[in-house]
Amino acid sequence: MTEKHPIGLSIRGGVKVYPGTRALKGVDFDLRMGAVNVLVGENGAGKSTLMKLIAGVEDMTEGTITMDGREMRFRTKADAVAAGIGIVFQELNLFPNLSVAENIFIGHETTRGGIDIDIEAHREATRQLMERLEQNIHPDTPLGNLRIGQQQIVEIAKALAQNARILILDEPTSALSAAEVEVLFRVIDELTAQGVGIVYISHRLEELIRVGDYITVLRDGVITGARSMEGVDIPWIVKAMIGSSSKEYGRSEVANFGPEIFRAEDITLPRAGGGFTVDHVSLSIRSGEIVGLYGLMGAGRSEFLECVMAQHPHSGGKFWVEGKPLTERDVPGRIARGIALIPEDRKRDGLIQIMSIRENLTLSSLPSFTKLFHLDLKKEAKTAVEFIKRLTIKVASPENPVSSLSGGNQQKVVIGKALMTGPKVLLMDEPSRGIDIGAKAEVFRTMRRLAAEGLGILFVTSDLDEVLALSDRIIVMAQGRVTGEFPSGTEAAKVISATTPNAQNSKDIAA
Amino acid sequence: MTAAPASTPAQGSPLLLTLLQARTYLALILVFGFFAFMAPNFLSVANSVIVAKHAALTAFLAIGMTFVIITGGIDLSVGSTVGLCAMVSGWLILYGIDLGAMGTMQFNTLEIALLVMCVGVFVGFVNGILITKLNVAPFIATLGTLYIARGAALLSSGGRTFPNLSGNADYGSASFPGIGAGTFLGLPVQIWMLIAVGLVAAYIAKRTPLGRHIYAVGGNERGAALSGVKVNRVKLFVYMFSGFCAAIVGLIIASQLQAAHPATGETFELNAIAAAVLGGTSLSGGRGKIGGTIVGAFVISILSDGLVMMSVSSFWQTVIKGLVIVAAVVIDQAQSKLQARVALQQEAALGR
Repeated sequence: MTEKHPIGLSIRGGVKVYPGTRALKGVDFDLRMGAVNVLVGENGAGKSTLMKLIAGVEDMTEGTITMDGREMRFRTKADAVAAGIGIVFQELNLFPNLSVAENIFIGHETTRGGIDIDIEAHREATRQLMERLEQNIHPDTPLGNLRIGQQQIVEIAKALAQNARILILDEPTSALSAAEVEVLFRVIDELTAQGVGIVYISHRLEELIRVGDYITVLRDGVITGARSMEGVDIPWIVKAMIGSSSKEYGRSEVANFGPEIFRAEDITLPRAGGGFTVDHVSLSIRSGEIVGLYGLMGAGRSEFLECVMAQHPHSGGKFWVEGKPLTERDVPGRIARGIALIPEDRKRDGLIQIMSIRENLTLSSLPSFTKLFHLDLKKEAKTAVEFIKRLTIKVASPENPVSSLSGGNQQKVVIGKALMTGPKVLLMDEPSRGIDIGAKAEVFRTMRRLAAEGLGILFVTSDLDEVLALSDRIIVMAQGRVTGEFPSGTEAAKVISATTPNAQNSKDIAA
Repeated sequence: MTAAPASTPAQGSPLLLTLLQARTYLALILVFGFFAFMAPNFLSVANSVIVAKHAALTAFLAIGMTFVIITGGIDLSVGSTVGLCAMVSGWLILYGIDLGAMGTMQFNTLEIALLVMCVGVFVGFVNGILITKLNVAPFIATLGTLYIARGAALLSSGGRTFPNLSGNADYGSASFPGIGAGTFLGLPVQIWMLIAVGLVAAYIAKRTPLGRHIYAVGGNERGAALSGVKVNRVKLFVYMFSGFCAAIVGLIIASQLQAAHPATGETFELNAIAAAVLGGTSLSGGRGKIGGTIVGAFVISILSDGLVMMSVSSFWQTVIKGLVIVAAVVIDQAQSKLQARVALQQEAALGR
């Protein structure tokens, strides 16, 4: 095994100290070439920090990095790139205003005479990369027009374009659909066959077991497990990660559904190039029910939620809340009628990063602290603290900027903001995206509790386990249409087959 | 955060942070103390009143500008609006409004003031509509209204000055010069007006949903919209408020000089922006305080008046003003970095 996968890079005694915290406490890490080195741990365990050290984004406080027997020191990212190390960050580092080709070659443009950018060469190289990644993306497409999943593929292409020998993928699949994940895994196989060493960070454990050759588990800046992937199963990983056995998301109390609380009929959203992004979708949610909206990336799930939240003025169709038609055409009106949305992209849509935690929590419900035009700051602060406690958000002070929180806690702030409006229907778009397993379990428990309190919850997810474990009812969307509806306890295979109706039974649909 | 030195003592940062946060006030004390020593008569009552009156004019505009900048916009039209409003008040005093067959309508001082304010608010309304409904970038929209308002001011008199605006007792406008020259309880009327407008603006910023929404729009427009903030309405308000502030300045200047010149208020917008920035308002939006802006306006005015009293050449004055503004922004950047780090440390200390 060792012969087959030589160690390409190793860290001994790696320590990284940030002001106030020791993110890494003496870590020994071996990176094997031609293999997938899986790195797993809860948020804040130090995975990202470790990778930043390897990629030269951060300088190590103590310890050594050795490559091919020579001690290396990466002070800047350029040093690491020169040594053949590429990294794809979880948060995409792309330019929405530039084209795909321009993004891929940003910072290392092919030029004629050092001045003139060789656009044609870029286009050609991009075309080849996209072919290799099996993506039908034109090199001249502005990046901002792509879905997040496609943008991630572009980010991977960017690292590949630099001929990296070591490629670090930080949560590459967190926004990818099942089909895109398959493509990514094929690319990873191909790269490892060529001898590239891959470091793969993810929260999706079953994915890790599938793709990994070696596994390293981090907890609180210490490595708690490192071995070859043979014989590793999810309970082992979870035990190494959090030191206890796996958490259950399943229902603990008996289902108790009330009357229908929300209904959508014939919702349409025309697509720019003809056809529909949301194609005559009708669904209903009962009070106390958690409905999972499952489907592949681009199936129109997020767009449907956006229609409910009045984000698309051109959409058609009708909504009802508690049997009364929803006629309000703007966001404040819909919030007032009891609809709350937790958006997919926390940073872009969910939070005002420079505002404090308190101000973010109360932003949607200021009217309830207002008399005429006077804002009762005391009442506001009290309610904010109440919600921080209720949702167990870990904060030093509610006055700190929300950007200082970890992903899971930021997500709880978004949820808190939605709950403060006193919603009847909660729309959650990928509520567990980019948060660690502990925070995830807490978010799911919160969803259960809210449903038990009589809310109707409609949540979008790309994670099959999640949708199966959490939903009272599963609705599957594909290409803008509802292609299946299943009760809880349905077999996974049935749900999956509904996501690609054209592949199996295109005749049935056409008929 | 990128790499930060590991050895920063935990207690040192908050003290430095407090100093940095109070920097506008420190700057005020510094310039004040400096000129009190260096310039003869600087502390005399007469001079203090003059400086305060100058500062008030900048402060009015800067208050309106602060709201606009917090939403992430900019209002270049305020200087021209000042000119236009001065001309309108001159016109109303001299000619009233000609209703054709029904004769001429004349106004008393209060009515004139209200009408002029309506003109200012209307300019702001046009800015707001251009920016929200027609999607014009704030810089361009207000650049356009800058020219339009200035042109309208010039057209109103054919480029001439409206002289002798002492008002007419028959129409009840004899008290017009009092706006700029009168005093109340020993303080000039315009200082009372500044106190009123300043308090109202600070109240709006701190204690009303509207104020919170202004900050939210500047911090993340998309996020604010999804949280139920009526973004367009907020933007419309800030530009109208800025126009209102400009109208006040136009009134005061016309009253003070008892004359209205169409070039009144040229480049005032730059002083207003400078005062806001000096007071800690971030041009990228989301951050700024009314109190800071007013202090910033006073720093700029004391600086220029003090330098005049020390008979520093006006060319050097310009250079010094520029240096102060640049220094203010550099310090501002240092502060926000430090602030973010302190907050991160606090969260890190929680163990996560």
